[in-house]
Amino acid sequence: MHKSYTSIVQIAGDVITVEVDGIGYLEIAEISSRRGKSLAQVIRIDDKKVSLQVFAGSKGVSTGDKVRFLGHAMRVASGENLLGRIFNGSGIALDRGPELSQQMIEIAGPPVNPAKRIIPTKMIRTGIPMIDVFNSLVESQKLPIFSIAGEPYNELMARIAIQAEVDIIILGGMGLKYDDYLFFRDTLEEQGALSRSILFIHTASDPVVECLLVPDISLAVAEKFALEGKKVLVLLTDMTNFCDALKEVSITMEQVPSNRGYPGDLYSQLAARYEKAVDFEGAGSITILAATTMPGDDVTHPVPDNTGYITEGQFYLKNGVIEPFGSLSRLKQQVNGKTRDDHRTIMDTMIQLFASYRQSVEKQAMGFQMSEWDKKLLRYGSLFETKIMSLKVNIPLEKALDLGWQILAECFSPEETGIKKSMIAKYWPKNPQ
Amino acid sequence: MSEKRAGFVTRINSNIVTVSFDSFVVQNEVAYIITGSQRLKSEVIRVRGKSAEMQVYENTTGLKVGDRVEFTEELLSVELGPGLLGQIFDGLQNPLPQLAKECGFFLKRGVYIKALAEESVWEFFPILKPGDKVRAGERLGFVHEKIFKHYIFAPFNLNASWEVVSIVPKGNYNLKQPVARLKNADAEEIDVFLCQNWPVKIPIQAYSEKIKPNEALVTKMRLIDSLFPVARGGTYCIPGPFGAGKTVLQQLTSRHAEVDVVIIAACGERAGEVVETLRTFPELIDPRTNKPLMDRTIIICNTSSMPVAARESSVYTAVTLAEYYRQMGLHVLLLADSTSRWAQAMREMSGRLEEIPGEEAFPAYLESRIAAFYERAGLVRLYDNSIGSVTIGGAVSPAGGNFEEPVTQATLKVVGAFHGLSRERSDARRYPAIDPLISWSKYKSFIEEGIMRKGHEILHKSNAILQMMKVIGEEGVSLPDYVEYLKGDFLDSVYLQQNAFDLVDECTPEERQKYVLNFIYEILNSEFIFQDKSGALHFFQQLRQLFRGWNSSVWQSEEFKSIEKEMQVILKEKQTKEEMHA
Repeated sequence: MHKSYTSIVQIAGDVITVEVDGIGYLEIAEISSRRGKSLAQVIRIDDKKVSLQVFAGSKGVSTGDKVRFLGHAMRVASGENLLGRIFNGSGIALDRGPELSQQMIEIAGPPVNPAKRIIPTKMIRTGIPMIDVFNSLVESQKLPIFSIAGEPYNELMARIAIQAEVDIIILGGMGLKYDDYLFFRDTLEEQGALSRSILFIHTASDPVVECLLVPDISLAVAEKFALEGKKVLVLLTDMTNFCDALKEVSITMEQVPSNRGYPGDLYSQLAARYEKAVDFEGAGSITILAATTMPGDDVTHPVPDNTGYITEGQFYLKNGVIEPFGSLSRLKQQVNGKTRDDHRTIMDTMIQLFASYRQSVEKQAMGFQMSEWDKKLLRYGSLFETKIMSLKVNIPLEKALDLGWQILAECFSPEETGIKKSMIAKYWPKNPQ
Repeated sequence: MSEKRAGFVTRINSNIVTVSFDSFVVQNEVAYIITGSQRLKSEVIRVRGKSAEMQVYENTTGLKVGDRVEFTEELLSVELGPGLLGQIFDGLQNPLPQLAKECGFFLKRGVYIKALAEESVWEFFPILKPGDKVRAGERLGFVHEKIFKHYIFAPFNLNASWEVVSIVPKGNYNLKQPVARLKNADAEEIDVFLCQNWPVKIPIQAYSEKIKPNEALVTKMRLIDSLFPVARGGTYCIPGPFGAGKTVLQQLTSRHAEVDVVIIAACGERAGEVVETLRTFPELIDPRTNKPLMDRTIIICNTSSMPVAARESSVYTAVTLAEYYRQMGLHVLLLADSTSRWAQAMREMSGRLEEIPGEEAFPAYLESRIAAFYERAGLVRLYDNSIGSVTIGGAVSPAGGNFEEPVTQATLKVVGAFHGLSRERSDARRYPAIDPLISWSKYKSFIEEGIMRKGHEILHKSNAILQMMKVIGEEGVSLPDYVEYLKGDFLDSVYLQQNAFDLVDECTPEERQKYVLNFIYEILNSEFIFQDKSGALHFFQQLRQLFRGWNSSVWQSEEFKSIEKEMQVILKEKQTKEEMHA
């Protein structure tokens, strides 16, 4: 039915050029080479010259190979049948299960009309005080974990995914180490969550271009579920690999790079994915947690920088803990006014005091005399670090708030905290230990 | 031109499409690409020989070489007329709620809806009579739109003087019915409607003169009004790294600023942020008018995942609407968030056009485009001597939070006030995170100059002592210096910082700012005698706690007065000691 063409005139990087008429922009084609079949996507058309990026890479593609255009943009199967399954970046099964072709949907669909969005109001409880108390996670939020290689960001994501009350978990792995893939799979399985999970896995050894599809496929499938009323949590790890793949392809296409080789549309590319996070009125929602590793722990690197401007805050994972400074949940104000009336007070006060504590630590490190106030702060800081900040802590929000008052009362007099008198009267522990 | 000029697609590179044509094209004219049953709006942005490059305002998936293109000869325009207030448009002035009604959750490409409903009926009151002379932008009559008199103008594109041939009597008319007929010296006649079109990239200049901004625009943010004021008709920018609170700051300003009309241009930012405005403004009551805030607001919303070319045009759409309401003698505030995304949209397009890149791959015309945009702000005297203004506040999102980058630098050259946000301040939860040490303003405040100068001085001095303490330790500075440091810190924490989530503290009217700042001024000028540094620290901590309560107590309420008294007692105590000492 669809005609095949054999006129490959150029192969550069993973991009091939074919001479052909009447092809639609972003259309999908199938290339049959000696290494097997691969899908490819049209990324530029110049009169008769059609350039395609080959998902499986161009290695072994011959100028005489057949290219068959499928007449539609990239599609993926969706629906309940995908639950518990594992696929690669082009949607091909990796788990020996059957290939699926039900409810094929186009990926990278149109954006949600802003007028149809609603203000998110539902908090996702994680049992991690650094999140629940200080930077509450909210349903439909898009939040990256800024981190560096070697930090336990995948562990943190897996833990949140399992403890959060969501219907479906979709994992999009990009450039994932094989070990990490196995870690996710096994953890989900052990916790009995695999049956409500779908995994789209691109490992570090897979062709680069395939990585580009992972977020789109994951989010398209998520969107379908959300429209059907499901609460979906999408985990994307690691988005820096996605950006590097973008960089590679755009350089191959001889685009003018903007910043450290990344394409000028990096912001728009990332936004198109992250903005899929949404709460559909009268239906389900999509929440996105993404890992973004920062090369050289540099938050001004184009990837974390652009990400930070798009997402609704970020968790900054450093030395195995969520750093209070640099971490932010922009949506926390939507939910933390409705939990307990001391939530915001505890949040603000403890962080301000912790900031002062850090200054005292700096002073101490430089060998300055410690004043009485400094000593109080040092005591406070160490209590905060062990009882609240450690990722080992797993307590509900209310317990964490009580603990906060206790720590404050142990270290300070009420007026030293600067807390309003009415609040002190209500919550200050009467007999601190 | 009876027959439509047409061409066909020859090249597709993301949202830049090359079209080959036969007759002629007009730079910046609108054209439609026909794909299947859809018509995709685009704009001609470069012409080379017999082919034109166009930016497409939609997703280009599925476009083919050979697809037909129809040119319209019209520049990208907006509709100006009654019914704009309270609306939510995308960057091309399509009303988003109506699109949602038609297409559901998602934006469908190729669907365009007129900004103003043609059938909407307005009661028109004529001002002029047949025989009167008019110029472009003079008032023919008015209708009532929400709380304003919405004037109907002679079209802005008229040349020289025209005469009113006829004008309808008072009565109800819709947007399709002419309300007046004008003729010029060459006996050429035109009809005037309640609504007219205007190309967005050309400023409306139908006024007698532009005058110097001389009056402060009260934002009710203490840090801005008292130390770095903004003027009506002026411009200011808010650069800051992500997470420093640009958007919260803009939202607060849009809510509390003392202006007639607020236009919010959400340009390439998160959709979630607009949603808050969309959903809360219809319910929030403006204390000055007792009407919902939405009644004086227009939102232009082209968020980050919407097509990039429309993002580029959205700021122009917004500023054109602002100029239109200025023409009615109103004070308009345009908040653009963020101009960096707009600049990036230009960069994306420039890259695809393969233009020679300037700094950080931004196009060479970046600076002139930014300057031209901010220059559309201004305080103007209209033909009837009334005054109107457009104030522009632009958020800037510098890459890496580094103010040296091209967009921030180009913006700083053309604005009148700079409110620089800093990561250190926001990390320490000192909101608004405008850094008083780097910000500046060329405008006049309603606060006495002496007091303002004292404020700046103490902040700089306090910081200098703080830096010194970091090197030589707290024990290394003298007690008087330490007290100076505490004073600066006190001013910062009780006056500059404002709690955006406290109903009273979130906005401080002019009167209260003057009163409270005078109170603080006294403290800053007082000599205090303390036993030692921890005594001084304790004193200011105590005062700060009371002051915070004062900030959240209702102006002149019992609570307000009792806290004030309590503070005076504490202050008196120290002052008595001081006198005894003396």
